[in-house]
Amino acid sequence: MRSLTIRQKEMRDGYVMMSLGALGLLIFVIGPVIAAFGISLTDWLILKPPTFVGLRNYRNLMDDPLFWQSLKVTSTYVGTSVPLGIAGAFAIALLLNQGVKGIALWRTIYYMPAVVSGVVISLLWIWVFHPDWGIVNDLLARVGIQGPGWLYDHNWALPTLVLMSLWTAGGSMVIYLAGLQGVPTQLYEAASIDGANAWHRFWHITLPMMTPVILFQLIMGVIGSFQVFTPAFIATAGGPANATFFYNYYLYRNAFTVFKMGYSSAQAVILFVIILVCTVIIMRQSEAWIYYEGQR
Amino acid sequence: MRLVSGDAVAAATLLERRQAIVESWPKIRRTIGRAVLYAVIIGGAVIELIPLAWMLMSSLKPNWELFRIPPTWIPSRLAWESYPEGLTYLPFGRYFLNTGLIVVGTVLGQMLAASLVAFSFARLRWPGRDVIFLLFLACQMVPQAVTIIPEYVLFKWLGWTNSFYPLVVPSWFGKPYFIFLMRQFFLTIPREYDDAARIDGCSNYGIFFRLMLPLSKPALGVVAIYQFKFSWNAFFRPLIFLHSTERFTLSLGLRLFHNVEGGGADARWNQLMAVSFLVTLPVLIVFFFLQKMFVQGIVITGVKG
Repeated sequence: MRSLTIRQKEMRDGYVMMSLGALGLLIFVIGPVIAAFGISLTDWLILKPPTFVGLRNYRNLMDDPLFWQSLKVTSTYVGTSVPLGIAGAFAIALLLNQGVKGIALWRTIYYMPAVVSGVVISLLWIWVFHPDWGIVNDLLARVGIQGPGWLYDHNWALPTLVLMSLWTAGGSMVIYLAGLQGVPTQLYEAASIDGANAWHRFWHITLPMMTPVILFQLIMGVIGSFQVFTPAFIATAGGPANATFFYNYYLYRNAFTVFKMGYSSAQAVILFVIILVCTVIIMRQSEAWIYYEGQR
Repeated sequence: MRLVSGDAVAAATLLERRQAIVESWPKIRRTIGRAVLYAVIIGGAVIELIPLAWMLMSSLKPNWELFRIPPTWIPSRLAWESYPEGLTYLPFGRYFLNTGLIVVGTVLGQMLAASLVAFSFARLRWPGRDVIFLLFLACQMVPQAVTIIPEYVLFKWLGWTNSFYPLVVPSWFGKPYFIFLMRQFFLTIPREYDDAARIDGCSNYGIFFRLMLPLSKPALGVVAIYQFKFSWNAFFRPLIFLHSTERFTLSLGLRLFHNVEGGGADARWNQLMAVSFLVTLPVLIVFFFLQKMFVQGIVITGVKG
């Protein structure tokens, strides 16, 4: 019998190699997602076998003020930190793209915070923003401003965490910079010849060419921000007065401190749906403003 | 009015001077613009650096000086003892070891698995390939909160809780993010190399191990340092899966330190900052010396994404 042809071997080996990754997906992504849906329909305290309760967990969540608080906190966080982060990082990238000297140095400095672990940043933030011993209030005092209680003040705790996310947003600056450097210079030259000034060049060339990158960052930013956990856990423990009671923080508490597996799985499913809906909305809406180069 | 010759000269120079200013106005504006540009960039850089500088300064202050109001910037003396004291306050040597083990396990796993799977997408032709690739990409966007509870149940059933297995084993299947990265890289290698190897009787596995991998050192490097950063800094998964303190990673150790000490007016913030700095140092060093790779990794996935 003839052995397999090269083509057939390609197919066989292709499937085998891919199956390693596919197995991982099944075990660690697809399987768990399905399981999460299933567990959310049960009442399960992990030591005893689960009991089927239908949609009761979801109904209880709707009546749970902590659930709504966690949604409110998290949506506020996403709604502020993502746009500000994108705008800030994009602005810095624009500035650095003006033929500034020492770009490698600036890039290093702006990217560095993104390399630090979330735990270290959270601890550092407690220290830096301490109302009595931290430098922020010290610097403010030197210009005559009485600084607030930051992480200890329920009006300022969430904004402080937003500032934390902005501090690390410099990391994405590198992406925008690379994108900006990819815009063909002929476009700018042609525009200049036609009499376009700097603002025109930005609005009609730079910005449209950058919209795919911005869209990608927007989606990834939204997905990521909805899942924030470490700052809430370490810096504020959800407080003060639940001001930083993030969604994932509440989920963690329900799943891994009181082991209400069914209830927390329902939370997880809801989060999944929220993120999915947001992503779809963003992508649909983006068709109005996105510009792909190959499309005209 | 009749101009006397002296006035005429004076008027002429005035006119000249005004002309000169008007002509150089764009240049002046550009210089001012340049100055503002650098001011903003430098200002932003300073803001980015201040917290890290403060971390360093605080780590070198003697304990009483930490709580001085108003705070001092430069320590009155360099209290180097915070470093050994902090490291021994909790068994951080052990935590370094644990974290190191996890890092080695995950980095090796990803480099091997992600590239193998990527090879099948980039180089081999089989039905359904592109659809399944999209499936892989879609799975990347599933939030961790959704999968973590069933994962916990699974690992508990396997008896793997409080061990490193839940943290390392998934890496040996390949993360979609890295599979995407390696596939993009493989696509840039000319097919002629493959064909030549095949003509010489090389199997697909042979092509992968002996041709693709050696050629992919830059991309493998990107995978390695990204996974290194991810594993070294990880907190959520270790928090959930590691329970006894001797299995703790550095992140868990730092959190324990803070929990034990509290944040009050006698807490060992200098030691905590010292250990935090040491924990950050390896990633900073890797990043600093392999910057190009970090940036390359971002560019491949962020820009072309």
